[in-house]
Amino acid sequence: MGAIGVIAVNAFRESLRDKILYNLVFFAGLLIGLSVLLADLSITEHHKVIADMGLAAINLIGVIIAIFIGISLVNKEIERRTIYTIMARPISRASFIMGKYLGLALTLFVNMSIMLAVFLLTLSLYHVPIQSSLFQAVALIFVEILVVTAIALFFSTFTSTTLSAIFTLGLYVIGHLTADLRTLMINGDSGPLKSLVDLLYYLAPNLEMLNIKGQAAVGIVAAPGYVVMASLYGVMYAGVLLTGACLVFQQRDF
Amino acid sequence: MDDIVTENLTKSYASGWPGRPPFVALDGLSLAVRRGEIFGFLGPNGAGKTTTLKILLGLVRATSGHAFLLGQPVGDVATRRRIGFLPESPYFYDYLTAEEFLGFYGQLAGLDRAAINQRVTDLLGLVGLAEARTRQLRKFSKGMLQRVGLAQALIHDPELIILDEPMTGLDPVGRKQVRDLILSLRDCGKTVFFSTHILHDVEMICDRVGIVMKGRLVASGRVDELVRQDHTRSVEVVCQQLKVEGNAFIHSLATRVLQQGQQCLIVLPSPDAVDALVGEIRRQGGQLLSVTPHKASLEDLFFQEATQQASRPLSHMTSGRAS
Repeated sequence: MGAIGVIAVNAFRESLRDKILYNLVFFAGLLIGLSVLLADLSITEHHKVIADMGLAAINLIGVIIAIFIGISLVNKEIERRTIYTIMARPISRASFIMGKYLGLALTLFVNMSIMLAVFLLTLSLYHVPIQSSLFQAVALIFVEILVVTAIALFFSTFTSTTLSAIFTLGLYVIGHLTADLRTLMINGDSGPLKSLVDLLYYLAPNLEMLNIKGQAAVGIVAAPGYVVMASLYGVMYAGVLLTGACLVFQQRDF
Repeated sequence: MDDIVTENLTKSYASGWPGRPPFVALDGLSLAVRRGEIFGFLGPNGAGKTTTLKILLGLVRATSGHAFLLGQPVGDVATRRRIGFLPESPYFYDYLTAEEFLGFYGQLAGLDRAAINQRVTDLLGLVGLAEARTRQLRKFSKGMLQRVGLAQALIHDPELIILDEPMTGLDPVGRKQVRDLILSLRDCGKTVFFSTHILHDVEMICDRVGIVMKGRLVASGRVDELVRQDHTRSVEVVCQQLKVEGNAFIHSLATRVLQQGQQCLIVLPSPDAVDALVGEIRRQGGQLLSVTPHKASLEDLFFQEATQQASRPLSHMTSGRAS
């Protein structure tokens, strides 16, 4: 196993032994279960409510884990000075960043798999038809979470944990709003506000592209080409951020 | 052959305020550590010891100057396979057991599973932690962490071992174990470079030492050579049946005069005044009991250098930052 793999496995082991993660997964299970209760309260569309709530719970918990573990991945190593002994080994700084990222990605994959299993179990218990659109939605949620993790990791290479959390959360919100804001601005004047929105539109990740939860909950299957392109977009965006994180980390003093 | 070489190593940090001079942590530090020797790197807090070690390990970049480890420029990733490092007051992944912890560092060094298992068993026995093999590090005492940290530095059998304050946090038994371990490493042909402020340990085990003050190397060499260079070596003269009270000549020679009953202890600042003092004792009818040259210790030298540095003008340097 190469150095990246060793770091990744250790990061995965670290998160497995972190009790907070178990609490979050438990909370996700609870939310999915709660969707059944809400479905009972609604007059119609029981199936849609259960599917909608389940997907939203998976997305929410995934993003929370991505942000809060992502921002502490590197900072915790520096604050606790564990980085000293790691960097004294024959491992490049870029390998360290990549290993940490892949370790968290593996953790997120396992967590999402557990949440998906609970979701599917809930659907089958309440005789909600399990359609391929739900798997498409979860796949794109996972891509979105990979992007959010890369954002958190990027900021954590040069700012404090608190600032990283604020910036990541901010970019996450902007990422879901840029397309709507741009649509609003299309008919407006070409002032500085429009330029700012244009800048944000091109710089911030277009996370709405990865959001097909609404249509998936009612069984509308997205075109496979769209899912592939959206996934490629997300992976490439994460790749650019990780490259930036490696370059910034390369210049840091500890 | 030198395993560690630094040439005019300088590290300065921007103050963060316009107009304020930068803080200089290292100021043209040049030193060489020979292969197979134990080198003690001495200095008070804030002298630049840890900064030097961090530059050597690529954790911090030097502002100017050059440094080489095992003949390669610092920052060369492949060279680190041949280096072991223990930081000061180490913090490790406390969710790992001692076995997993050492295995992790063994994997990072590129060892295979069989080699790791063997080395983990050997090293845990060597540092006295065989019983704690499957215990998580969060349940370790400070001394145990220091010892498992040492095992971590040695897991890949490195040629050069760099230790930052390795005796810190250890009880006398633990300190002796570490001293013996360092000596046995040298016997195996390893080079050991360690920073410390415990002078007793340095005098006992180091082949050579370097003293760093305010980012500068102020003395370097064998302990006995450095101590011999010291010109403030004193001489203690003990005599009896001599009244020193009111003897202006003796008081002018001595740095300290103690009269206890019939006996009198006179401390001279250097051997130069011994003849004059002995002559005066005989003239006054006293009986000479002993003349003992006081061998200056490394501690004396250390404090002498510290005092001299403290009295120097600061110029562009700023003190007080932890090294």
